Amino acid sequence: MAARDPAMTIRVPIRSDADLSWVRQQVRRRAAELAFGLVQQTKLVTAASELARNTLVYGGGGHMEITSLGHGGTDGLCLSFVDDGPGIRDVRLAMTDGYTTGDGLGLGLSGARRLVDEFTIDTEPGRGTAVTVITWAADLPVAERAVR
Amino acid sequence: MQLSEQETVASSARALTGFLTRRREQIAQRWADVPLFRSVFTVSRDEAVEACKSVVDALAVVASTGRLEDIEAPGFDTVREQLGSMSGSRSRIGLSPARIAEEVAALRPSVAELLRAEFPDPAATEATEGLLDLTILMGTLRLVTMQTALSAGEELIARQRQQLHEVATPVINLWEGIVAVPLIGTLDSARSQVVMESLLQSIVTQRARYVILDITGVPTVDSLVAQHLMKTVAAARLMGADCVVSGIRPATAQTIVQLGIDLGSVLTRASLADALAYALRHQDIDVSARASLR
Repeated sequence: MAARDPAMTIRVPIRSDADLSWVRQQVRRRAAELAFGLVQQTKLVTAASELARNTLVYGGGGHMEITSLGHGGTDGLCLSFVDDGPGIRDVRLAMTDGYTTGDGLGLGLSGARRLVDEFTIDTEPGRGTAVTVITWAADLPVAERAVR
Repeated sequence: MQLSEQETVASSARALTGFLTRRREQIAQRWADVPLFRSVFTVSRDEAVEACKSVVDALAVVASTGRLEDIEAPGFDTVREQLGSMSGSRSRIGLSPARIAEEVAALRPSVAELLRAEFPDPAATEATEGLLDLTILMGTLRLVTMQTALSAGEELIARQRQQLHEVATPVINLWEGIVAVPLIGTLDSARSQVVMESLLQSIVTQRARYVILDITGVPTVDSLVAQHLMKTVAAARLMGADCVVSGIRPATAQTIVQLGIDLGSVLTRASLADALAYALRHQDIDVSARASLR
């Protein structure tokens, strides 16, 4: 993975519904700064919204860390969603479309995975959950770049 | 030893109370000319002097109870509202909280000067203790003023949040039997509840057969927002109205598909105009330019 510049990492608390919209705004702003296309911005913000809500609802609150990445001339954005909640017992099941222990659509984790380039989940029952996603600006298809 | 220390504290606070009560008039006359009072009580100087006196009185009460450092001291209750309106009117003209705090701090030197004059020997223990107590008390006054200013800000935010809930969800009667809700901003659970209620209500009052939910102004459609939309559509359907969702942007459409949300059960149109055209056509209403203009 590309080297992280710690100076470019900011931490956003996730403690309430109002924090969720702050998370979305922060991710959108950083993605726009890195000249992400509109589609990519929307995808990443939506993924962040899903994951942040999981942190709040299932993890009992936590925080998000945003880190800008530079790798061989392409920019990327790395988002980590961390909570000290109950953790996930069966990750494979949790990643299944339509599976939920709450009353949502069960698309948060699996959907977010499809919206980003890299997706890692680190969890253990009783030890909390950390979901890290990365999106690269250069991942845009050529055609999409042209119309942007 | 502990006991005697408590006693001296109490006696110096008593001395301060006596001083504030005795010099009430002089202190008020001096304070009435500082910006904090002069610029807020503009009707007359007497008004400013009266306001100063009530603050001096409050300080005397706090000193008499010995709770010099307690910002919750009941003695301050009589002037909390006044301090709030003072800091409020200062911040309205653009002063930062730091500047207001400075203005409150500027009240101290003139009182300190009067207090110093009370003691023939400024180096005496009573003099230094008295000044120390006064400094603490004035510091507490500063905190109380800042606290009233901050809680006024919090109240404002809570009120604006409430207003946003109500203002941002109008139901518009577009045509006979056709209503539209232009959704703007974040569609969280609280907002979507408000939308659903006002929408269902208007279906009844407007006898609406068609409902258009326009999401042009919703920047992020995630699974929760989609779920709220689907629930609203289902509820409208139960009330006998057809629901159309319009204004899904290209980037949003791609995102919804990749997220795996199935909006197949929801009728969608690209724009509000398309949705209106659909609703009109289904009511057999033909909107066209007059033949003579063709």
